[in-house]
Amino acid sequence: MSIFLDKNSKIIVQGITGREGLFHTQRMLAYGTNIVGGVTPGKGGSKIESGQPVFNTVKDAVDATGATHSIIFVPPAFASDALYEAHDAGISLAVCISEGIPAHDMLKVVATTGGMRIIGPNCPGLVSPGKSLLGIMPGHVFKEGRIGMISRSGTLTYEVVNILTKAGLGQSTCVGIGGDPIIGTTFVDCLRAFANDPQTDAIVICGEIGGSDEEDAAAFIKQHLPNKPAAAFIGGRSAPPGKRLGHAGAIISGNTGTPQSKVAAFEAAGVPVADRPSDIPRLLADRIGAPA
Amino acid sequence: MKLMEYQGKELFRRVGITTPRGVFATTPDDVKSFIAKNPGSWVLKSQVMMGGRGKAGGIKFADDATQGETLARELIGKTLKNNQNPDGETVKSLLVEEKVAIDSEAYVSITIDRATKKPVVIVSSQGGMDVEEVAEKHPDAIVKYWVDPAIGFQPFMGRRLAFAAKLPTGYHKGFPKIVGALYTLFMEYGANLVEINPLVLTKNGEIIASDAKVDLDDSGLYKHPELAEWKNDAPADEDQVAAVAIGLGMSNYAKLDGTIGVIANGAGLGMGTMDAIRNAGGKAANFLDIGGGAQAELVKKSYNLVTSNAKVKSMFINIFGGITRGDQVALGIVEALKGDDVRKVPLVVRLTGTNEKEGREILAAAGMHPVETMDEGARIAVELAGKG
Repeated sequence: MSIFLDKNSKIIVQGITGREGLFHTQRMLAYGTNIVGGVTPGKGGSKIESGQPVFNTVKDAVDATGATHSIIFVPPAFASDALYEAHDAGISLAVCISEGIPAHDMLKVVATTGGMRIIGPNCPGLVSPGKSLLGIMPGHVFKEGRIGMISRSGTLTYEVVNILTKAGLGQSTCVGIGGDPIIGTTFVDCLRAFANDPQTDAIVICGEIGGSDEEDAAAFIKQHLPNKPAAAFIGGRSAPPGKRLGHAGAIISGNTGTPQSKVAAFEAAGVPVADRPSDIPRLLADRIGAPA
Repeated sequence: MKLMEYQGKELFRRVGITTPRGVFATTPDDVKSFIAKNPGSWVLKSQVMMGGRGKAGGIKFADDATQGETLARELIGKTLKNNQNPDGETVKSLLVEEKVAIDSEAYVSITIDRATKKPVVIVSSQGGMDVEEVAEKHPDAIVKYWVDPAIGFQPFMGRRLAFAAKLPTGYHKGFPKIVGALYTLFMEYGANLVEINPLVLTKNGEIIASDAKVDLDDSGLYKHPELAEWKNDAPADEDQVAAVAIGLGMSNYAKLDGTIGVIANGAGLGMGTMDAIRNAGGKAANFLDIGGGAQAELVKKSYNLVTSNAKVKSMFINIFGGITRGDQVALGIVEALKGDDVRKVPLVVRLTGTNEKEGREILAAAGMHPVETMDEGARIAVELAGKG
C-alpha cells in the first residue's frame, strides 16, 4: 500500500507538450509511472514521441483514458484555470507544480473544488517508490519501504530521503506539499492518510519556518497517532525574522512561524526534532529499532 | 509590494471607501499653492513605508500657505529614524490632508489565514493603536470573522463584527458597506494585507479611512499593469534588485550578517545549508537559491553576487541534483574562477545527484575536490572562514 498514488493510478499531464511538461513526462515514464495521455489545447489528436495521446481538453482526456490523476505544468497565470478544468472533468487528485500562483487564486480554488485532492502548488509532487512517481523528483534517491515522508520543500526532501535510503529506511510514499502560503494538501491531510496505511510504520516530517502547518501536524500526532513513531526536521532555524527566503511561505512574521514554536510543538507530541538531517535515521531507530 | 499611504487611499477610493480630502505633493510649492487655494488647517503626512513616522517627526500641522511651504521644505528630503528603523527612510513626498474632527476611532483589517485557507477580517474598537499591542493587553477588544471565499463577503458579516466589537452606534449603518468594499479590494488586487487604522467616525457622523496600509501579493501584480509605476516609488530592496539583475527570482537572494557565502539549489536546501553552517559553529553571509536546472552562466553570476558582499570569507556551494545537473554547476564554478577580476574566496563544493560523476571530474581537473555530505561541507567552510 501507499497513500494517494500507486502503480495503477492513471495519470494525465496538463501541459504535456510544453518544455517542462514534456521533459518531466519522459522522466516519469522512465520511472514506470502510468501516464495515459496529456492535454495541450490545439494539439488534440497528436501523440508525443513515446506514444501517449494528446487531447484538447481534460474532459476529452478523462473520457478517453479513464484518468484519475493529473499533473499540471502550466505558467502560474493559467494554473487556477487548469485546476478548475481538472475538477470539472472529475479528476480526483491533481498535482500542481507551477510556482508563483497568486495566493488569492488559490484561496478561491481550494474553496470551490471539493472532492478533488490538490497537492501543491509550488511543490515537487509525490512518489510511492517502486510504484509511481508523479512530480519532478529524482527517482533514484528513493527506495520502496515503510517510512511515510512529508515535506514543504523539494531539494531538502531529496537530501533527507537520500539519508534515509542510505540508512536502509525505504519509503512508502513521499509527498512534497509545497512552499506557498495557500496549499491544497497539508501535513495533517497526509498524516490522516498515513494513519490508515498498513505499509507505513513511521513518519518523517520535513518542515520549515513560517505558517503553522508543523504545529497543526504536531497536535494531530499527539491526539490521533501517539503510537506511530515519527521524527521531524525544521529547515531555516538559523533564519532571521522578516526575511523571505525563497519560498513565499517561509517567513517568520511576528510570533508566528518561529522555529521555537514548531520544535516545542513536536517535542510536546513526543516527536523528536533533528538538529541536522543526518540525525534523522538515529532518532527513528531509537523509536522503531530500525538499522541506523 | 507594500504601498505608500497615498497609494493605498487611491485604491480605497476606487472601491468606494471615503478618505480625507487632500492632495499628494512632491514639492513645497505644491503644498503652498494647494493651501492658498484651500484655506484652513491641514496635516502634512510624510509618505514613507516605515512605521512610527509620527513619533519620528514625520507629521506636521499647517494653518496657512506660508507655514505649509516652510514645513514641507523641512520634511521633504528629511531622513526619519526611530528605534525600529535605525537606518531611517528619506521623505520624498507628502500627503496634505484635512484635519478631521474625531468622534471615535476603530480598527479593521483583512489578511490571509493560512491555517483555515480563508481571508480573516479583524475588527477592534480600539482604533489608532498598534493592533498587536491591543491583542496582547485587551484580547477581548478584538473580534474576527473568517470569510468563505466561495460565498464572499456579505453584509451580515459586517453587522456581526460591528456588534461583537461593540463599535459605537454611529458606525453601525455604514460599517458593513466599508468592510465589503475592503474585501473587494483585498480579493480584486490580491492583497496580503489591507488595514484601516484608524477608521474614524467624525463628529459629522461620516466614516473615513484616516490611514491606509496595503500590501499586495507580488505574484498577482500582473493582473494590474496600471499599478506598475508605483513599484518605482517603493524603497528598493537591494537584495531583490541584485537577484533579478542576474536572472534569479526576487526572493532567491537575501543578505545576512555572517561570513560564509551560500549557494544551494532549492529554497529548502538553501535554508538547510544555512542551518548546517550554524550547527558547525559559523554563520551564513547570505541565502541564495539558484533554482532548478541552473546553467553554468547562472552559477558564475551567483558566485560573483555572493562574493560582492565584503563580509564573505569562505563559500559553500551545496547542490543536490534533481533537475539541476552537476556538470553544469561544476562548469559554472570553473568559469567563475577564471577571470582576474574575480574575488576568490576559499571554496568548498558539495555535489550529489544528477551527473554527479561528470561534475566531480570537471572540478578535479581544475584542482578542486568536492565533499560528500552537507555536514562535512559546512564544517570545512566554517574552518576556511576562520582562517581567512
